[in-house]
Amino acid sequence: MGKTLFDKIWDKHVVAIVTDGPTQLYIDRLYCHEVTSPQAFQGMRNRNLRFLRPERTICIPDHNIPTLNQDKPIKDPVSRNQVETLTKNANDFGITLFGLGHKKNGVIHVVGPETGLTLPGMTIVCGDSHTSTHGAMGAVAFGIGTSEVEMVMASQCILQAKPKRMRMTIDGKLGAGVSAKDMALYVIAKMTTGGATGYFVEYAGEAVRALSMEGRLTLCNLSIEMGARGGMIAPDETTVKYIQGRDYAPKGNAWDEAVAYWNTLKTDDDAIFDKEIKLNAADIEPMVTYGTNPGMGMGITQSIPMMDNIDESGRISYQKSLDYMDFKPGEKMLGKKIDYVFLGSCTNGRIEDFRAFAGFVKGKKKAEDVVAWLVPGSWAVEAQCREEGLVDILNAAGFELRQPGCSACLAMNEDKIPAGKYAVSTSNRNFEGRQGPGARTILAGPLVAAAAAVTGRITDPRV
Amino acid sequence: MEKFITLTSTIVPLPIENVDTDQIIPARFLKATSREGFGDNLFRDWRFDGNNQPIKDFVLNNPTYNGTILVAGKNFGSGSSREHAAWAVAGYGFKVVVSSFFADIFKNNSLNNGLLPVVVSERFLADIFAAVKANPAATLTVNLEEQTITNNADGAIEKFQINAYKRNCLLQGYDDIDFLLSNKAKIEAWEKTNK
Ligand code: SF4
Repeated sequence: MGKTLFDKIWDKHVVAIVTDGPTQLYIDRLYCHEVTSPQAFQGMRNRNLRFLRPERTICIPDHNIPTLNQDKPIKDPVSRNQVETLTKNANDFGITLFGLGHKKNGVIHVVGPETGLTLPGMTIVCGDSHTSTHGAMGAVAFGIGTSEVEMVMASQCILQAKPKRMRMTIDGKLGAGVSAKDMALYVIAKMTTGGATGYFVEYAGEAVRALSMEGRLTLCNLSIEMGARGGMIAPDETTVKYIQGRDYAPKGNAWDEAVAYWNTLKTDDDAIFDKEIKLNAADIEPMVTYGTNPGMGMGITQSIPMMDNIDESGRISYQKSLDYMDFKPGEKMLGKKIDYVFLGSCTNGRIEDFRAFAGFVKGKKKAEDVVAWLVPGSWAVEAQCREEGLVDILNAAGFELRQPGCSACLAMNEDKIPAGKYAVSTSNRNFEGRQGPGARTILAGPLVAAAAAVTGRITDPRV
Repeated sequence: MEKFITLTSTIVPLPIENVDTDQIIPARFLKATSREGFGDNLFRDWRFDGNNQPIKDFVLNNPTYNGTILVAGKNFGSGSSREHAAWAVAGYGFKVVVSSFFADIFKNNSLNNGLLPVVVSERFLADIFAAVKANPAATLTVNLEEQTITNNADGAIEKFQINAYKRNCLLQGYDDIDFLLSNKAKIEAWEKTNK
């Protein structure tokens, strides 16, 4: 019987299988950020251990960093301590660090692919659930906890139960004004936030193939929001073109060999998945969320579901969620007033997202009562925004670019949405308080964000 | 890690579904560089209002309910992979979390910190909530060796799953890194054949 793409990569990395237990899997790449790594480094010190393969780990601070005045010391002493602790840990253990101010600094899940550190066929982990992003390059990539980070530091291996396999085939073509983010929010709304728990998802089909690398990264990024262990897409010409010439990409003969290997990384025709889902891209509208988990999303022209349509066991949670948002069942989202717009994060902080946003606001003006935070995912994205003239377009429309980092995605720095305010956010989580205590988040793609920034309301970008 | 064998306790009920790790421990409390102290901020924004005053109707502020077993609605621990969530639940003093469904990463993180996630059927979960509603002094018994959970209010018993390796780790207070490092020769052999 044939193998799935996931199985090909996973099986190749099996070091041992524990009887009646997990698999010991070799890890090609460990990424560390400042929030989930300090206790792992401390654990290594307590046990008097060194990294088994220090060259396979990269440290990048991103969660706490300010998005203004990065050349000055971080004001919040606790954030500064975490960032400085990462620097010290990287130095003490001889690990590569793209620290604050480094031209390769940015959100890990943006930096990994764009530097060529993430490659097809790899196993990749990070103490961060959105590690699933890297699967877009044809890698097996998943988020882990801090104890597991320490395992990888010490042994370059992790103990994991093998997940089940799901294939999500999305055929047909996306309509004009509908993006990879809308596709992802549509998929999660169909699956619910726990619907893919226990599975590793391979995205396939015409509409997935047609996505750019940036779009694929957005789609795989959100896999975790339906509970999946990870998401991935088989490498193809789009992938190879994207990688060629990047700093850490293989060169010369090594490149040819690598491409030949990547070409074998696809699911065999007779491979069997534990679950198959088929969707049609033509059914997807621009999406918005109305509740407090990413599965609570709907087409922008639709109405918030009535209580009768909610499972009985879920009604208390549903009511709690709508109360938090101050929305009512049956209401339309279109036309609702909003206060903040956030463009950025590992979901939508890439060049294509800034092109889409700038393309929409070109020749228009930011609504006066909207505060807009435009935060590139990395310094490389920032530089490209300048080169392509997007910054001029944005400035002319009343917007400014901030400096790269996670920013308002989880509000560990100063970029917090005030309590009770509504934010249209291109990030990935609308949990209660995610963007600041009491903040109300409406997840959407870059075009819906741009339309909201210009009108001050939830607006369909297609009309 | 402390050894875990069997436990009988009263229950703290949290009949909410999809409790995500941002609720368990909000991001602004993730700035520590050690594992200690997270219990104080468990469910921070549900427990305290903007002025740091306890919110009366939240279960952790209700003296009627206490114990070392947290019972929560379906899909507990979804969202962010932060292990801080497991540290917070364990740090508060819980030894067991019961739900009909857990998010993957939270489950792993719990097991790595001596906090036992017990998956029960929807029915069994509903019966626990009913029992504790009828009598806040109702208890559960969790036996790791037998892999059973008993609702002492009605005597109902369910078996729960946990892989043998993890069960041994918990029973022995043994740790993954000890295990992995004892396998170093295999790691090097893998590297040689997969250059
Ligand atoms: S951008 Fe948001 S989701 Fe992505 S790594 Fe940063 S905090 Fe996590």
